Amino acid sequence: MKPANPISQLPQKPSKSLKNGLTAALLLAILWYSAKETEASLPELVDGLPEMGKFIAKMFPPDWDYVRVVVKPMVETVQMAILGTTFGAIFALPIAFLAAGNVTKNWLLRGPARLALNLSRTIPDLLFAALFAAIFGYGPLAGTLALSFFSFGILSKWAYEAIETIEDGPLEAMTAVGAGRLQWIHYGVVPQVMPQFIGFVMYMFEINIRAAAILGIVGAGGIGIYLNRTLGMFRYDQTFIIILFTLAIVLIIDAVSSKVRGKLL
Amino acid sequence: MTTRTSLKGSTLPAYPAPPKPFYAKWRTWVILAAVITVYVWAFRGIPFAGIKPTAWQITTAVFRGLFHPDWNYVYLKDGEDLLRGLGETLAIALLGTSISVVLTIPFAIWASRNLIKFRLFSGASTFTLSLIRTFPDIIMAIIFIKAVGPGAFAGVLTIGINSIGMLGKLNAEAIEDLDMGPSEALKACGANRLQTIWHAVVPLAIPAYLSFALFRLEINVRSAAILGAVGAGGIGTPLIFAMEGRSWSRVGIILLGIIVLVTAIDWLSGKLRRRLVQGKS
Repeated sequence: MKPANPISQLPQKPSKSLKNGLTAALLLAILWYSAKETEASLPELVDGLPEMGKFIAKMFPPDWDYVRVVVKPMVETVQMAILGTTFGAIFALPIAFLAAGNVTKNWLLRGPARLALNLSRTIPDLLFAALFAAIFGYGPLAGTLALSFFSFGILSKWAYEAIETIEDGPLEAMTAVGAGRLQWIHYGVVPQVMPQFIGFVMYMFEINIRAAAILGIVGAGGIGIYLNRTLGMFRYDQTFIIILFTLAIVLIIDAVSSKVRGKLL
Repeated sequence: MTTRTSLKGSTLPAYPAPPKPFYAKWRTWVILAAVITVYVWAFRGIPFAGIKPTAWQITTAVFRGLFHPDWNYVYLKDGEDLLRGLGETLAIALLGTSISVVLTIPFAIWASRNLIKFRLFSGASTFTLSLIRTFPDIIMAIIFIKAVGPGAFAGVLTIGINSIGMLGKLNAEAIEDLDMGPSEALKACGANRLQTIWHAVVPLAIPAYLSFALFRLEINVRSAAILGAVGAGGIGTPLIFAMEGRSWSRVGIILLGIIVLVTAIDWLSGKLRRRLVQGKS
């Protein structure tokens, strides 16, 4: 008789299939609850499709003359995105240095910096826009500020994660020759992260063009105001022009920006 | 180049630096001039001077409200309160993400160049995906509201369709990076295309696929929180009403609720994603 296998006497781990089954059941329960909560129903969608078809049919033929009207707000949208991205980037860099563990060893400084950037990242762009529109009045200034705060949150997170992955070698060399704190950052850290950071800023700019196009819905300037207006007046042929124009600008900027990013990296 | 230093006694001739090519000399200045022009142009478009005289007054009112959130709104016995609003937001994000996770599979396979050998065909899918990605979610929400009426279901559909753009691209790239060894082995054994995908591609692609889905869920929770601004359900609707009615203490509590929800989902999703990555290695 063989001696009993000691492993078989250990308490059995729940089998893998049981665990998978439980996970699947939990997922299904969550989905069922979500479907109930949102009153999702396929028949309703199928019933609604003709309505959607009518909406889309009313977009044709597009009102090409409307292009002349929306050129100015479109330019404003791009300007908002440029300035918002820039201000966000200017404030993001110092906070990123404070939040990076390898630059700021003192957690009393690092903690608040991380809190600030995590907090600003949880607030959606449209919400910033609505807040600033209430304070500074409707117009592109509110949109620019909203994009600045929105970009700040995202850029500072990307930047501090990039800073934490840089090479120690140059930093140790700088410390060894007795560099001051700011010299250390300027000559040891900045050259290593700058190309990557500029790449992030370009990518943020792409995101901001898309965001800027809709901020007008809450009155924060740019093309979104016209989007809201044409929808309100049921001029879907003009709405379609705005959508097409926005897509064209976004595609052009994406192409230019990814070219620049490709050159940088 | 390094012999510019003079040795004791004898002075070596300093080599002149090689002349820079013409474009390199001017490139920096041209780029700088272009950047300055762009900024001057951008600043001219935004009226910084036109701040309303009431701005300061409103700002103090906003901050007083934000720091004195309306705690009564968290739970109301009947009707719309914060918890139900946040629950609906989460439900929209969960269901929308699940729908897109399913719908993205054919797009990802279709767009991946190692599974689809016909380039023009996979290019069409890549183009479709980038078109979906550039389409603003708010506009898509407005279109779906036309179909199913205002409410959470319109939000679900928006997120379900809009997420395909990013998920399809990420998954297609992940499939392209896969180790093709197992697929070739199966093909050599005489497996057909579907069998190859099912047994050699799917098991390898699953961890990245789930990880992308969780990442997109984080984005979608934020998105679901504002889709209500145009009437697509969730916490955004009461938020916009509170802002229009200038009831800042209610805006404060809703903002706090969104921050807590987003942070919790980010944390949970980050934890799950880390486990997925560890499980793979």
